[in-house]
Amino acid sequence: MNLQNILSEIEQKDPEVFDRLSDRRKVMKNFTSFAGKVALASIPFAFGSMFKKAYGQTPADIVGVLNFALTLEYLESEFYKLGVAAPGLIPAGTPAVAALTKIRDDENKHVAFLRTAITASGGTPVSFTAANFDFTGGNGSQTGPFAGVFTNYDLFLAVAQTFEDTGVRAYKGQAGNLMSNNDVLTAALNIHSVEGRHAAHIRYMRKARQTANPGNALYVGNIKPWITLNNSNIGSAAVQASYNGEELTMQAGVNILTVGGQTFSAETASESFDEPLTKAEVLAIVDPFII
Amino acid sequence: MSTKNLTENGLELNERPDNSFSRRKFLGVVGAGSAALATASVLAACGKNNNSSNSGVNLGSGDVGILNYAYALEQLEAAFYTKVIMSLYSGITPAEQALLTDIRDHEVAHRNFFKAAISAAGATPLQDLQVDFSTVDFGSRTSVLATAKAFEDLGVTAYNGAGKLITNPAYLVIAGKIVSVEARHAALIADLISNGTFANTTDANGLDMARTPAEVLAIADTYVVTKLNASNLPTS
Repeated sequence: MNLQNILSEIEQKDPEVFDRLSDRRKVMKNFTSFAGKVALASIPFAFGSMFKKAYGQTPADIVGVLNFALTLEYLESEFYKLGVAAPGLIPAGTPAVAALTKIRDDENKHVAFLRTAITASGGTPVSFTAANFDFTGGNGSQTGPFAGVFTNYDLFLAVAQTFEDTGVRAYKGQAGNLMSNNDVLTAALNIHSVEGRHAAHIRYMRKARQTANPGNALYVGNIKPWITLNNSNIGSAAVQASYNGEELTMQAGVNILTVGGQTFSAETASESFDEPLTKAEVLAIVDPFII
Repeated sequence: MSTKNLTENGLELNERPDNSFSRRKFLGVVGAGSAALATASVLAACGKNNNSSNSGVNLGSGDVGILNYAYALEQLEAAFYTKVIMSLYSGITPAEQALLTDIRDHEVAHRNFFKAAISAAGATPLQDLQVDFSTVDFGSRTSVLATAKAFEDLGVTAYNGAGKLITNPAYLVIAGKIVSVEARHAALIADLISNGTFANTTDANGLDMARTPAEVLAIADTYVVTKLNASNLPTS
């Protein structure tokens, strides 16, 4: 699947939303039928988004953003499902099994949550299966730069780190597009921080693997739970786009290197702030993984 | 960054003299440290409520109020980790010391950033807060990491809850840039306490929590002597 197809698929979902929600009574009817189907916790969220629609705020961008997020969550969810199920991939009897299962489960829940949220907002969620992805990054050839990702555990962790760090940057880049809907914005932020937790743990796992396997070229430099400069700490140029731009030391016009009369290294300044990616940048990064 | 600078800056945040015997005694009964958040909630429920009163240092209104709110939390975190690094807990490993030093540096950078950003916005930054870490045993790994976890998890929920209160998209992006770093800290600290607990904060939908400023300040109150008034902060 190329970039244009992804973009158009997501954006095609939006126009009908206007028609469906132009009638306020219909919105309430939709809500009533919806409310019987979703978990209790989701109802305030669903009601909030519909309430705003009933008063004429534009949901199109919001559904588009949610479908973009859902695409990324499918990518992660299917990746971890295959990884956890792959025989012999994750070292048996180590904490890695529980950790990667936990991350898989979180990503599955994000998929379900976003599907519910999109439907509640009057949109149509995108759908993907494992067959839609090429986790070698080969755009369907299954011979991309990450060939062997489900047999080589160190390669699997490298791709996992890249997906998590990219996910954090992707959500961050969309926050501004969700400001018209407080409930959706808060939900997105609540997912965003979980992706940050996942990223930190995968990096922590990679640090331990590096220590145990000092000769493995997939591990580069001092791997920390946070991102230093634009270092991927992964011995593959194929992941670099996920880290470009992370090296910023200026924030909102403030020079972090000297802020408050103290001196900070460029490493510290860059680690202290994660950077957003645009939708186009993220789609370009994940494009080789989506068939 | 030089340790000297940080030390000096850490001292800028004056700690209250150790004169709060009755409070510490109460905390001892409740069981401080390993249940820092729960303890804070109990205290908040028992006594003063800084946030609804009209006294105390006013955080202000609008986006500047939210920036001051974030500045207050970053002051608290920076002061805590500055003290952690100045008085390392017994048995700390070189790896742990390096990670906690990184976190200190990040939090000090965040704190200094907010002060500069608030000034740059033409507003007056919140004063330097007086903090109280008398419930923390800085010699104990268990106490330090439990408190660190409480602060990091609180910070994540605070930023998650503050996002919708911000009107300037540039500030929302800044909050987003910081909260994921706080989430990375939170995950690491949780893993140091018990490996694999990096995301045990998630709900049934796999989401982290969000807290309102009033909820956050009630919890932080245990560690902040300066009375904060959040009554003018936006609520939606």
